[in-house]
Amino acid sequence: MSIQEVELVIVGSGPAGYTAAVYAARAGLAPVVLAGSVTAGGALMTTTEVENFPGFIDGIQGPDLMDAMRAQAERFGARIINDDAVSIDLQGAVKTIKTGNGEAYAARAVVLAMGSEYRKLGLPEEDRLSGHGISWCATCDGFFFREKQIAVVGGGDSAMEEALFLTRFASKVTIVHRRDEFRASKVMVDRVLADSKIEVAWNSEVAEILGEEQADGLRLKNTVDGSERVLDVTGAFIAIGHDPRSALVAEQVATDSDGYVKVEHPSTRTSLPGVFAAGDLVDHTYRQAITAAGTGCAAAQDAQQFLSSLIPSEQRSDLVLESAI
Amino acid sequence: MSIVNVTDETFEHEVLQSGLPVVVDIWATWCGPCKAIAPVLEDLAAEFSGRVKIVKVDADANPATVSAAGVTSIPTLGFYRAGERVDVLIGAHPRPVIAAKIKDLLS
Repeated sequence: MSIQEVELVIVGSGPAGYTAAVYAARAGLAPVVLAGSVTAGGALMTTTEVENFPGFIDGIQGPDLMDAMRAQAERFGARIINDDAVSIDLQGAVKTIKTGNGEAYAARAVVLAMGSEYRKLGLPEEDRLSGHGISWCATCDGFFFREKQIAVVGGGDSAMEEALFLTRFASKVTIVHRRDEFRASKVMVDRVLADSKIEVAWNSEVAEILGEEQADGLRLKNTVDGSERVLDVTGAFIAIGHDPRSALVAEQVATDSDGYVKVEHPSTRTSLPGVFAAGDLVDHTYRQAITAAGTGCAAAQDAQQFLSSLIPSEQRSDLVLESAI
Repeated sequence: MSIVNVTDETFEHEVLQSGLPVVVDIWATWCGPCKAIAPVLEDLAAEFSGRVKIVKVDADANPATVSAAGVTSIPTLGFYRAGERVDVLIGAHPRPVIAAKIKDLLS
């Protein structure tokens, strides 16, 4: 395996990764972006209308926004590669990243921007019924629930967005939420509560997904009085939050108890020199496209400053030679 | 071998009666992860050319195939040998995972 030596590798291709790529490319670092073999563009690739990214008066489709960010980074010389990081060695001055296609990159600076993945309910039958009525992607799978009754589990903006989108197909959408109020933004909550196709099962959590080959109902448990009932649905979309995708680096950089990579706020420096982190991999509070883009920008600048503070190795060996003379 | 589009009408002939093992990709234009795996499948179709046939079914236009396969999530890859579906892979998985499934189909 030959190792390609580069200045900066950015792992991840959501708003954080692509924004870091734009800034690093404009700084002349020619960053390599490992965008993922099938996940390029990140979480926004499966959303529809993004209404709160500044600059788009009428909103923009998530995939269009990400395609534009990618093209913008490429315009300035970023090398964006649709391949997965499968091992990341951050120890030492030169960091090595190996990919699923058998490539390897060595760089003195790395920006980690792997984002997050959907959180599962944690029920034993969940994997068996995933793709058989249980889904994490309304834009992909809503189509298959035409005129059916379905559930959305969750109480944040993602759950509201999925529920509203699914009303295009389903005859009825029930939002299952474990508390008595939503965490989502007011504009989304107002839209949901005004929609005649949407009902809410407050104070309810999913105790069991019913069905053998195909999901055919949810057993709900009331979080206040413990009572149970069966919700008659043919599908459920799970939107209960995300977990950071930090598995490849969690043994190397400091993380918090939930697996988020720790940084020295307000910088993006991690516990290892030359390693910076941005976006949802770090942020369990805001988790917006614009905040991820903001920290991606900061990570590129931190990486640039770090690289320029290093004495290039050739010059260093020259210095050694000179001092020897 | 390039990827052939299969419909409700041609599924029987192209998939179930195929002499070669077949990978059926059920996809749709509005599905982001389906678009993401499309180039990977093109690549694998070339790599396994002559040994495996890879075909696509547009979920929008072919409801009979979708419902017969019990599909409620896409992309769904069905792996067929001698007219029977022997394996299924639901969701957008990285290339090595899909390649391993194709190798299983051939063994």
